Amino acid sequence: MSSDAVISAQNLSKVYSIQRGQKGHQTLRESFMRRLRHPLARAEREDFWALRDVSFDIHGGDVVGIIGRNGAGKSTLLKILSRITAPSEGRVELVGRVGSLLEVGTGFHPELTGRENVFLNGSILGMRRAEIAKRYDEIVEFSGVQQFIDTPVKRYSSGMYVRLAFAVAAHLETEILIVDEVLAVGDIDFQRKCLGKMQEVAGSGRTVLFVSHNMSAVQRLCRRAILLRNGKLEASGNVDEVITAYLGHLRDTAATAFSGSNPDRLGNGALRITSARLLNEIDRPATHLRSGRPGTLEFAYQNAAGVRTANVFMTIYNQLGVACTQLDMSLNHQSARDLGATGIFRCKIPNVPFPIGEYRIALAVDVDGEHADLIPNALVFSVESSTFFESARTPPATYCACMIEHEWEHQPDATDRDPASSKESAGTTATTSDDAHPH
Amino acid sequence: MPDGMSASIDHESRIVLEPAAPLSIPDVAEIWRHRDLLLTLAVRDLKVRYKQTALGVGWIILQPLLGAGILTFVFAKIAKLPSPGEVPYFLLAFSGMLVWTAFSSTLGRTSSALIGNTQLISKVYFPRLILPLSTLLSTLVDVGVMFLMLAIMFVVYGRVPPWTVIFIPWFVFIAMALGSGAGTLLAGLAVTYRDVQYLLPVLTQMLLFASPVAYAASQVPVHRKLYFLNPLAGMIEGFRWSLLGVGDITFSGIVYGTVVALLSVLVGCLVFSRMERTFADVI
Repeated sequence: MSSDAVISAQNLSKVYSIQRGQKGHQTLRESFMRRLRHPLARAEREDFWALRDVSFDIHGGDVVGIIGRNGAGKSTLLKILSRITAPSEGRVELVGRVGSLLEVGTGFHPELTGRENVFLNGSILGMRRAEIAKRYDEIVEFSGVQQFIDTPVKRYSSGMYVRLAFAVAAHLETEILIVDEVLAVGDIDFQRKCLGKMQEVAGSGRTVLFVSHNMSAVQRLCRRAILLRNGKLEASGNVDEVITAYLGHLRDTAATAFSGSNPDRLGNGALRITSARLLNEIDRPATHLRSGRPGTLEFAYQNAAGVRTANVFMTIYNQLGVACTQLDMSLNHQSARDLGATGIFRCKIPNVPFPIGEYRIALAVDVDGEHADLIPNALVFSVESSTFFESARTPPATYCACMIEHEWEHQPDATDRDPASSKESAGTTATTSDDAHPH
Repeated sequence: MPDGMSASIDHESRIVLEPAAPLSIPDVAEIWRHRDLLLTLAVRDLKVRYKQTALGVGWIILQPLLGAGILTFVFAKIAKLPSPGEVPYFLLAFSGMLVWTAFSSTLGRTSSALIGNTQLISKVYFPRLILPLSTLLSTLVDVGVMFLMLAIMFVVYGRVPPWTVIFIPWFVFIAMALGSGAGTLLAGLAVTYRDVQYLLPVLTQMLLFASPVAYAASQVPVHRKLYFLNPLAGMIEGFRWSLLGVGDITFSGIVYGTVVALLSVLVGCLVFSRMERTFADVI
């Protein structure tokens, strides 16, 4: 462990043994009978390495993003670092008090009042009673539920509940803070508040570990990042480099999307897509599009079963995993008819409506109402520059999945021409900065 | 203020996480550090217990009264069992119920402390022993209220307790120790084997009839050695002897009960600590 590291993980591994073909909890009888039948054999178990041989050092004051696809081991790593579960191999040294927020509102009891839950939740997160009492007013103020603080939280709206819960969490003051994707819950207002608070924490000199699928949030909050892939440490260092490596992976997985070994691929195989590519506005193969400009998606097929007609559709997801839109032949009463033995499906978008970012296409081909082919990661592409709006800016993906053309109008009331109020009604010239999004 | 921060970090705040050791003992210092949580959880259990009930706290009084009343009706009025030494049967039953409650409430609450808090276990760290420990307060309150009721009954019946009454706390203590030791063990087992929660009520009921709760141990005509293998028999009879001056009690019987109770705490804690660090993976 280097001298100023506050978290030092060495050869960290976590293995779960999964019983083959078994779901849920075993009963005593099953366990007993198995022993009876096979007194010597160990139960038939498969080892699953959720984390394998991961080593890294994190220095005091670092704000580190942990990224990777689902199942890469992010949650397992967090659980080990927050001492919820023990590593199977290796060791971690932590210096300082560790607070972890893997969820908002852990331990909230519906029958207790807001006030009682603040103390309960605070203690569960590891705060001392005196500490909570000292910050109590601040917490309630931050939550904005002062009025209902003596009402049982079961009478709260889900929004109030989450706000109060986050208020407690936001006042957890440990030297090391571990945060899972708590930002994924709640409405957009709340997410923004969380992100703002996270930024504040990140700037306060504390050590923060932050797991998220939201690359823009990671980029904004973190200076460093760790990339996990299949339980292994794939990259660590400067946040931009690590995110680039991560996006590279997404492309890699798309490259093998059409091989027979793609485990995510579904469908009965009556018709198979064999390749996919992206054509830019001048019909050249490309890896990125420009928003506001045309683009084309091409999918080659192989029709071994001699299918006559098929419906092709796809969903486009952004880097936050949000479905932006669906493009579906049947929406316009179309379908692909008179299919040949091989051929190409082509989908033209005259005016790419997506903000700058990374996108993934999930593609499906239906034959007679059944999936013939379904590829969740058929193609990954980015949208780079934009001419969609005159400013050439696009809203951040956090607030915009898909852009639509629109026009603003403004008409001042004839009776109210007081120049003092013109500030508020200056709608025609209103611009919004990246940090202020009206909702 | 990163500088001030690192300066405030001393060697005590260094934590090393390693694979779970095959044998570990409960970390008492760590539990002490989490005493605020222990208290908060204990108070939570108390607070939410009678929410959304019409009688509320009244149930603490009503439950044992009804329980002892039913036992008296069935065993004294219908089965016509005698009460030793002219002791009112209700008092006999109530004192039996008190020790029984100290044991069975502890057992029931500690054993379900983990599976009743799965969310906490999978989302936050704290010494897991806090969960069964925090349930003890609720039982203490129950037992405390029963003691008060007992005092009132003594006034009503016009009885004066003998000097041996000073031994009473000991019998309640070992009954709770037995319950919490066994309960802690079962709490750990229940994480993997949910069978525990179905098996336990049946076993508890068996044990209720195998213990001199509703009747005096003097009514057991045969196999008395076997009967007193149940450590609760000695505890309940000891309690009655201290309070009412009647009861089958031997010195070796008390030692036996004490040893079994303390042993159960020891085994319960060791097994629990052994399993503790995998709870989050299994639950």
